[in-house]
Amino acid sequence: MTANRLAESLLALSQQEELVDLPKDYLLSGSEDEGDNDGEREHQKLLEAISSLDGKNRRKLAERSEASLKVSEFNVSSEGSGEKLVLADLLEPVKTSSSLATVKKQLNRVKSKKTVELPLNKEEIERIHREVAFNKTAKVLSKWDPVVLKNRQAEQLVFPLEKEEPAIAPIEHVLSGWKARTPLEQEIFNLLHKNKQPVADPLLTPVEKASLQAMSLEEAKMRRAELQRARALQSYYEAKARREKKIKSKKYHKVVKKGKAKKALKEFEQLRKVNPAAALEELEKIEKARMMERMSLKHQNSGKWAKSKAIMAKYDLEARQAMQEQLAKNKELTQKLQVASESEEEEGGTEEKVEELLVPDVVNEVQMNADGPNPWMLRSCTSDTKEAATQEDPEQLPEPEAHEVSESEGEDRPVAEEEILLREFEERRSLRKRSELSQDAEPAGSQETKDSSSQEVLSELRVLSQKLKENDQSRKQKASSEGTIPQVQREEPATEEEEPLLLQRPERVQTLEELEELGKEECFQNKELPRPVLEGQQSERTPNNRPDAPKEKKKKEQMIDLQNLLTTQSPSVKSLAVPTIEELEDEEERNQRQMIKEAFAGDDVIRDFLKEKREAVEASKPKDVDLTLPGWGEWGGVGLKPSAKKRRRFLIKAPEGPPRKDKNLPNVIINEKRNIHTAAHQVRVLPYPFTHHWQFERTIQTPIGSTWNTQRAFQKLTTPKVVTKPGHIINPIKAEDVGYRSSSRSDLSVIQRNPKRITTRHKKQLKKSSVD
Amino acid sequence: MKVKMLSWNPDNYVRETKLDLQRVPRNYDPTLHPFEVPREHVRALNATKLERVFAKPFLASLDGHRDGVNCLAKHPKNLATVLSGACNGEVRIWNLTQRNCIRTIQAHEGFVRGICTRFCGNSFFTVGDDKTVKQWKMDGPGYGEEEEPLHTILGKTVYTGIDHHWKEAVFASCGQQVDIWDEQRTNPICSMTWGFDSISSVKFNPVETFLLGSCASDRNIVLYDMRQATPLKKVILDMRTNTICWNPMEAFSFTAANEDYNLYTFDMRALDTPVMVHMDHVSAVLDVDYSPTGKEFVSASFDKSIRIFPVDKSQSREVYHTKRMQHVIRVKWTSNSKYIMCGSDEMNIRLWKANASEKLGVLTSREKAAKDYNQKLKEKFQHYPHIKRIARHRHLPKSIYSQIQEQRIMKEARRRKEVNHIKHSKPGSVPIVSEKKKHIVAVVK
Repeated sequence: MTANRLAESLLALSQQEELVDLPKDYLLSGSEDEGDNDGEREHQKLLEAISSLDGKNRRKLAERSEASLKVSEFNVSSEGSGEKLVLADLLEPVKTSSSLATVKKQLNRVKSKKTVELPLNKEEIERIHREVAFNKTAKVLSKWDPVVLKNRQAEQLVFPLEKEEPAIAPIEHVLSGWKARTPLEQEIFNLLHKNKQPVADPLLTPVEKASLQAMSLEEAKMRRAELQRARALQSYYEAKARREKKIKSKKYHKVVKKGKAKKALKEFEQLRKVNPAAALEELEKIEKARMMERMSLKHQNSGKWAKSKAIMAKYDLEARQAMQEQLAKNKELTQKLQVASESEEEEGGTEEKVEELLVPDVVNEVQMNADGPNPWMLRSCTSDTKEAATQEDPEQLPEPEAHEVSESEGEDRPVAEEEILLREFEERRSLRKRSELSQDAEPAGSQETKDSSSQEVLSELRVLSQKLKENDQSRKQKASSEGTIPQVQREEPATEEEEPLLLQRPERVQTLEELEELGKEECFQNKELPRPVLEGQQSERTPNNRPDAPKEKKKKEQMIDLQNLLTTQSPSVKSLAVPTIEELEDEEERNQRQMIKEAFAGDDVIRDFLKEKREAVEASKPKDVDLTLPGWGEWGGVGLKPSAKKRRRFLIKAPEGPPRKDKNLPNVIINEKRNIHTAAHQVRVLPYPFTHHWQFERTIQTPIGSTWNTQRAFQKLTTPKVVTKPGHIINPIKAEDVGYRSSSRSDLSVIQRNPKRITTRHKKQLKKSSVD
Repeated sequence: MKVKMLSWNPDNYVRETKLDLQRVPRNYDPTLHPFEVPREHVRALNATKLERVFAKPFLASLDGHRDGVNCLAKHPKNLATVLSGACNGEVRIWNLTQRNCIRTIQAHEGFVRGICTRFCGNSFFTVGDDKTVKQWKMDGPGYGEEEEPLHTILGKTVYTGIDHHWKEAVFASCGQQVDIWDEQRTNPICSMTWGFDSISSVKFNPVETFLLGSCASDRNIVLYDMRQATPLKKVILDMRTNTICWNPMEAFSFTAANEDYNLYTFDMRALDTPVMVHMDHVSAVLDVDYSPTGKEFVSASFDKSIRIFPVDKSQSREVYHTKRMQHVIRVKWTSNSKYIMCGSDEMNIRLWKANASEKLGVLTSREKAAKDYNQKLKEKFQHYPHIKRIARHRHLPKSIYSQIQEQRIMKEARRRKEVNHIKHSKPGSVPIVSEKKKHIVAVVK
């Protein structure tokens, strides 16, 4: 309403303006007075309109000059007053009457309550609904983010995504809907039924069922375990037997044989007690063996070996003994067993005798040896004991030495230990020899006597070797330069025995190092005559060597210092010159300058650039080709050069290339290496997924073909990104495919359960359409 | 002691059967096989050339319609069956393997505006200019039976599009509003509007099946939630969007085919900026369909060509055209992702290979290995200028070619003007708008 009024007034205003404009342009018409009168009224209106433009006073009540229809019958009019009707105004006339107290109260209560807010308009509501729904949907969709990302980045995707179940129905399902019709089919069915071949679900024959029931799982497991154990044991025994068979030691086999015989005897005894019949059989066997022995010539000293031994027997004790053994064996085997034919009653009484007879000689060989007349065995026994006695000694012997060495520095230990072992071994060997040579050798005496004796026996070679080793040791000690006096003293006993040898050759040959050291000594000190005694020399040299090393170091350090001075002190010298020129400068400033100058003293950019350019020019210049062949037409060999004439003749001078493009540009280096022909084949811009050129280069440089890769790698490198199965329909991705749970409710049911808004809207739609 | 000697174990060199390949022992010492990069480069070059040589994408043309093909639909369970509706109200069912029409139905008077199959593949729905929605059986009528629809729904207004739910007996139609129908009822169970306009197409989301997208002629794309029976959001673009298609592998992304020659791929949660603007067409894009792998999509255009775009690239990787193919109205990617069908103005449906140089039929393992290797080589060396040039080269009809040139000039001029505008105004006063944002007018909540 107000807007309309406003528009009207504005229209009126514009008309007024037109009217105002008119008189200026045209002559006034006759109806001027009327116009004037009208103009006044219009002016009044205009003023009103303008005043009403101001928002506040717009609604000011016009002055009432005549009767109006708008006066209400209640005598209260809010129109145009610009004020709201207040409850108090209404209540004013009621003030006096007390009968209306309840009404007043009620009204007061109403006054305290707030007014209900206006409902939002339809668009607003819908908009809010939409926003809520969108947020909800966005949340639902965001669960797909990881799946989508994974699929986008996947090395390979195989479609269709869902794993198809093979559509082969189980046989029983197929059979249930099928009947035998043809005679052949019926015949086959009959056969099947005869065999009780099951057609229905558990596809097992009665036999199979029975076998299933016969053995429980646990039983089967136990049985299997047993079998496994038995098999393992068998394999162990086999392996053991094979191992034993391979052993070559005669002694071992002898022992084993004896053991076996003993065992056999025991068993036989037992057998005789338990089962005499079996024992008899055994005896029979033994008898048979005797017979075989008698028949054969095996142990009768008639074989080739025996004959050779017989020749040797005169001189060789061993051979004689072996022959004797043979014969004894023969005797043993051919001896007739008395018991065999005797009855059971006699057995008890003759048991001992039988035992004596039964026991083959081999069994109690040792006993026989112990008290028997076999001289060989006796001697060997004594020699054994002797050996044992002597073997103890050498072990005692090296001990002190070992201690010595172990007490000395750790560096020497491995060598020393080796030495000890060697010596020990040699000593033992020599002792054995001695014992063999002289049977009545005296028991091992004191250390010194033994030493002396060993010295006597040891070969020259050994002495030499020992001496060498000793030298080695001493040299090492020198090298370590820790020749302390106690150590030297401790070493004295070990070296004592070699003293004579050393004395014989004082100018012994030393290693190169030592010679060098010696030479140095001569340089730095006055020459000192080398003392004949080794320790003395050692003790002297070690202190001499010590000052030697630091001196050298000092020398080196000096060299370095000089170089440093040459290189680094030049800027400092320069900086020293600065203050002499500008004395008035602040000290701080000066210091700063100095610092900067020192800091950048090294990098002369211009000179660097010039150098770089010079290098580039040099590199781009074509090179001369030298075709001289050394040794052609003259003598050749190491250190010989072909003559200058030859060289001059065979040198092909490179033609001078075109002038460089940057020849006249002192501040520029133009690279002339770039080849436009190759550039056409090169990638100019780094392709998208790569962030650095070397990444791209690397991918290009790794070949993927089967020429450079194994079959497997080739297959892996060339896997296609997307694989589709031919003839398969690829369905859209489903929540189940990626392991999500799809919503159980169907979309349709959700709509139907959400009827409120839809129905209303739908009704509206229907109404609308019906109206149309 | 073991004596080492040369041994020839027949297992290593004797074939089991005559058909086996001879085993060739190889020495992989890299010094024996030098120049690997140049050699592979040459192989890649050859592979690229061969790809162009063998690029023969056109397979067949299905003719029989007596008016322009207005809509296409795939059979959900059968790869060989395709349905098409024409501008004269005729619906045809085709067999692709035999390349013939197996059934013809006079379904509507006037245009067949939309066609869609039921998810089970037993029936299909059509909408036409005669304000009806008809449901048809997929199998033809028995002997002596008449060809008539299972159900017919008479509507009040013209329906311009239809789409079926992916799992349930629900379909959606569009016209003046988007209606959701229960198959059992003759009235929509839910209608959703936002403003008043004619909606040209509606599509169900194949992954989150309660979502719908529609595009209207007042330049907007509206998304709906079927469960909550409410529109969700609206994005207004520069020009009208003809159709949208949801990505079958990514629940939230869809691509819109626009009149301004471009396609826009959106993430529906962030509609203010498209994820990618695909531009290569030189006329209005009329239809778009995703490959079932979700990696690529195909678009049909008024410029008489169809193009294949990778989802994450703004340029197309392939363009198909023939001399006789007119404005392409509908395009579909078959559900084994091997073929593309397009229906065009001049009454034909054409069948193309999705990969132009792919060999059809069963491949031997060696062929497969060679194919994979060549593919990888092409990928590896794709940035090298010569290979790139060969791989990108396509012959185009003169009209398209000249249009491209023209539009390039126009675009360059526009760009130059913009740059000049920025250059000659107060720094910061002219905002620099990215190409992606340029085409979005507003997003309405």
